[in-house]
Parts: sequence; C-alpha cells; structure tokens
Amino acid sequence: MSARITASELAAAYQTPDGDTLPALGPVSFHVEAGSFVCLLGPSGCGKSTLIRLLAGLQRPSRGQALLDNHVIMQPSRRVGLMFQDANLMPWRTVLDNLTLPLEVAGVPKDERLAAARALLPALGLADFEAAYPGALSGGMAQRVALGRVLIQKPDALLLDEPFGALDAMTRERISLDLMDMWERQRQTVLMVTHDIHEAALLADRVLVFSRRPGRIAADIRVTLPRPRRLEDTYGAAFGQIAGQVRAAISRT
Amino acid sequence: MQLNALPKSPTRPLTLPLAGRPHPFRRFSRRLIPLLSLGLLLLGWQVVTMLELYPAFIIPSPAAVLEKAIEVTGDGRLWLHASTTLAAVLSGLAVGVLAALALGYAIAKSVLLETVLSPVIVALQSTPVVAYAPLLIIWFGSGLTSKIVTGALIVFFPMLINTVVGIRGVPSDLRDLLRSMEATRWQTFVKLEVPAAMPVLLSGLKISATLAVIGAVVGEFVSANAGLGFLINLARSQYDTPLVIVAVLTLTVMARLLYGTATWFERRALAWRARGR
Ligand SMILES: Nc1ncnc2c1ncn2[C@@H]1O[C@H](COP(=O)(O)OP(=O)(O)O)[C@@H](O)[C@H]1O
Ligand SMILES: [Mg+2]
Repeated sequence: MSARITASELAAAYQTPDGDTLPALGPVSFHVEAGSFVCLLGPSGCGKSTLIRLLAGLQRPSRGQALLDNHVIMQPSRRVGLMFQDANLMPWRTVLDNLTLPLEVAGVPKDERLAAARALLPALGLADFEAAYPGALSGGMAQRVALGRVLIQKPDALLLDEPFGALDAMTRERISLDLMDMWERQRQTVLMVTHDIHEAALLADRVLVFSRRPGRIAADIRVTLPRPRRLEDTYGAAFGQIAGQVRAAISRT
Repeated sequence: MQLNALPKSPTRPLTLPLAGRPHPFRRFSRRLIPLLSLGLLLLGWQVVTMLELYPAFIIPSPAAVLEKAIEVTGDGRLWLHASTTLAAVLSGLAVGVLAALALGYAIAKSVLLETVLSPVIVALQSTPVVAYAPLLIIWFGSGLTSKIVTGALIVFFPMLINTVVGIRGVPSDLRDLLRSMEATRWQTFVKLEVPAAMPVLLSGLKISATLAVIGAVVGEFVSANAGLGFLINLARSQYDTPLVIVAVLTLTVMARLLYGTATWFERRALAWRARGR
C-alpha cells in the first residue's frame, strides 16, 4: 500500500519572542503521487523540516491543508513513517527492541514483533547486532536501525528529513542505495529532504527545489532515468544532465 | 532562583561512565587505601587519648567507645533507637521522593504550574529546615509524623529539580517519533519518559537517600522521645560522650548503607550504559 501526499496552499508561520509572526513556509501546493519517490532540496531555513512536520501531523498549518490520500492530516498517523537526521534510538533498548518499538506501541504480540524484526535485520546489514546497544553502534549502523524501525510498521508513506545528512559520504551512499532497494520492493510513497544533489538525482522520481524562506517551489524536476537504478548510472550523461538541472535550480534560489 | 533558570537538562547521563577493568595493583590498592586511612584515624585517636591531652568525657578512647557500643547493642537500646530513626528515614524518603516525582512531572509538563508554584517552592527551599522544624513539631507532634515531614521536606527539593530536569530533558525528536507511532500518553510515559529520565532521577534518589537521614535527625533533635538524634541529645546531657560517638557512627553507617543501596539500584537499572552507548 502506498498513499498520495498532497499539500494544498499549505503554509506555516512561527511566533517570534517579540510577538511577530515569522512566515516559515509557503504557501505551497503539490502532490506526491502514491508510490513515487520525491526528494526535496532547498536552502537552509527555508521550511523543509517544517513541511515534514506539517505532513506528519506534528504541527498545524497556519493556512491550507495537508492531505494523505483524500483525508486532511490532523494528527500523526501510523500510516506515515518518520525519520530524522539523528537516529533517535533509545539507548536503553537493544537494537532488536528499538526495531520492535512501533509494533510494541501498536499492540502487536511479542513473537510476531520479534519475527518481523529478525526478518529485517539481514537487509539492514545488522544481522549480528540484534543484542547490541545503540551506544556500541557507528552512526551509519544507528541510522540503519532507525530505517528499520520506520519500515517495520509498514507505512504507506515515508517522510525522511535529511536522514543521512550526518553520515560520511561513503556510508551515506551505501545506505541510500539500500533504501532504494527496499523502496523498489515495497513502493511506499517517499518524501525525502536532502542537501545532496547526487543523492536526490539517484533516488528520486522527482526533485522539488524550494526557494528561500518562506519556502515555495522554485523548480520541479522529473528524473526520467530508468529503474532499477545502480550506482554506475550516475556516471552516465543522462544523470549528469539531471544533476546539472537541479544544481542550476538551486543556484537560482 | 527560577526553576526554569536551571541548566537545560542533559539528555546524557550525569554520572561518570564505568571505568574499564582497573590494573590489578590499582584494584588492590583501591580497597586497601581506605582501610589504611581509617586505621590511621583510629591510631591518631588512640594516641591523643593515651597522651591524656583532654579529659575522657571530651575525647573518650576508642576502647571506651567500643565498650559502650557493645553495651548498648547488648541491651537492645541501640537497635531500638536506630530502628526508630530508620523507620523515619525510610518513610520520609518515600514520601518526599514520591511527592517530588508527582509534582515534578506536573511542573515539567505545565509552564503555568511552574509559574504558580516556583515562588513557594523556592521560598521553602531557601529556608533551612532546622529553622522551621519547631513549627512542624507544634503542628504534627513529637512522634513519627513530624520526623517524616522534616525528612520529606529536605528530600523534596533536590528530587523535584531532578524530576523536572529529567522529564524536560527527554529528547523532543523521540517524543515526536512516539507521536508518529500513535503512542498513548501512558505508553509515552512508560516507554519513553521514565527510562529517558531514569539516570537523572536515580542521581536524585542517591542525594535524597543521605538527605533523608539528616531530615530525620533534625526532627529528633528538636523534639522526640526515641531515635538516634534523641539518643545523642540525651547522652550529651549526661556527659556520656562514648554513647554520643556510638550514635553518630551508627548514623554514618546508616547513611552509607542507604547510599550504597541506591547506587546498587542505579547500577542495575542503568546496566545498558555499561554495555556501550
Ligand atoms: N519551533 C520553531 N520556533 C520558531 N521558529 C522556528 C521553529 N522551527 C523553525 N523555525 C524557523 O522557521 C524557519 C524554517 O525552519 P525549518 O523548517 O527548520 O527549515 P529547514 O529544515 O529548511 O532548514 C527557520 O527560519 C527557522 O528558524
Ligand atoms: Mg531542517
């Protein structure tokens, strides 16, 4: 299952300490088609994280609506999975218990949750680490656990806010390829914020580029490269052309 | 001082990480040196009494103190007073800690409550308990109740601060993640807030364990008819200095045992930290 995400005239503002309102986002309108992978780029502070929070139902918009399929998003939903730049694991839980957390919260019986988590471990490259505590994991491994934790609840949509932004280049390339593999099998709807043009062009069906705060859509670039994609595709001319388009759109903001 | 002027609570545990396996000699010397310094203290004490610098009712010899200890242990007086104090300590600790946990949680969650309550709490904290202990005796009598109240009051503030700091320090991203999993309030409390705040709560408990002893003794000093504080007062009025020392040392042991229990509990509850974080 996958869900269509819609932003309709969506805008957000914050209250400053002096009582002024600071427009942080939009208004923006766009659709993320069900089952598609969309990357979002934009200058820092343009409202990308705010958009993710609005779509996740963690925050109310000041104007407009966010919709999941045709339902207005009023509060967080299990159908939507969230991931941030920090893994945000619970240091007092083992890898396995961190993975099963969403199922535990949903009241899934223990043997089922353990089976689901153990089934995920190999694909995440964490097969030998189920009993490890987060403190013993590298940044990349911790982020893999976080990825597993969000996938285990079988969300219809994934909202990823710079999920690999804190990782070194090599780790992030590998983990983003793994994400792409898993997505190609499951086809959840994905909206991923990134600041990496290369990553966006490799993973996405579509790249949205936001303008400066309050962020609006400055460019909407279709990535027409065939799937399944492989890292080698990034050396081709077609890839280079799309990456160049994204780069140009960013430098215009 | 405002409660919110506190340092933004650390999400990392406050206590030091467990050291690696110490060198054999260091492990040995770590046990030996405290014994050695205790021995030196005893020796110094013995020498001072042997030189007869002071009369025996001011500084009695270690032997006289030991003799007194055996005497009051044998006739059951020590146990009577120690158990009376211990009951007051444990009840005061329980009442103070539970009240601080409940109120601290509420304050951590409500800015309004913090604004309303912090002047009262800060005023209460700034006044030494010893100063208003007589008032408590007037209100609650000279029995167990007033000792529990003094103990609870002295424990309350540090535990309250630690609770507020601990709950406010729960990472907001983790809160958001739990909301996105549609966790109930209760689930958020049990699966996130309690374990995340646990390191700070437990260091509060350790401080409270020793403070509770002070609280009970303060209560007994002001007015009581049993307990180690009462015994100290009584023995002093009779110039029975060995008994004063026995009672004081019993309090030392009691406080140390309570602290040790709290530390043991902390180590068990936070075992995950030793296994790498
Ligand atoms: N909780 C908040 N309170 C006040 N202002 C905020 C808050 N969160 C974000 N902002 C402001 O809103 C703007 C957009 O922030 P954000 O969505 O985090 O941007 P991005 O993720 O694109 O860097 C920024 O100017 C930021 O300072
Ligand atoms: Mg951001």
